[in-house]
Amino acid sequence: MQSAGSAAEGASTNGALTGGSILGEPSDLVRLCLDELVYVKLRGERELVGRLHGYDQHLNMVVGDAEETVMSTEVDEETFEQIVRTRKRKLPLVFVRGDTLILISPLFRQSGASR
Amino acid sequence: MFFAALFQTLVGQVVTVELKNDLCIRGTLLSVDPYLNVRLADVVVTEPEAFPALLALRHSCTVRGSCVRYVHLPPDQVDVQLLQDATRQVASAVKAARVRPVGE
Repeated sequence: MQSAGSAAEGASTNGALTGGSILGEPSDLVRLCLDELVYVKLRGERELVGRLHGYDQHLNMVVGDAEETVMSTEVDEETFEQIVRTRKRKLPLVFVRGDTLILISPLFRQSGASR
Repeated sequence: MFFAALFQTLVGQVVTVELKNDLCIRGTLLSVDPYLNVRLADVVVTEPEAFPALLALRHSCTVRGSCVRYVHLPPDQVDVQLLQDATRQVASAVKAARVRPVGE
């Protein structure tokens, strides 16, 4: 309980530092991304760009109108050069399991970020 | 839990489950549990030539939730506005549950 109390104190001072905004925790940043275009980096050299429609505490998420980019590297047999191939595809509405997620970022700087 | 409820509303719809080994299974959603294990009926493996061992897969199967990478949902069956509102509600409820013990 003691540790929980001090952790919350830390959170509240953090809130004061950010001008009393709700931007105290990483999950708050994700909340601000709701209904915004987001860039999501996933395991397996995958990236998604799409509109975030929902997420939960595991960072499972639902992304709409997404474009997925899969990158694969191949080594040329003769020159030993690395060739990076990218494949793109459209995903109209997709549920993404959170355990494959590496990072999520808003695609554009939000005008109301200090809300 | 939250997404289990979403999948619950999609029971009976045709969804495509993409696994972490790139296997894609298309089928009618039969049921979901809180671990997001999904049961599919009338399953079709979309690239049978890549997974010949699964040619026998026909009627139904259960996919372990942790093996799932994507679930492709039918866009016309999901109310994204409702989903966003529910997400906001759940997010603030989760946060409140974490903060509340402090006040006591």
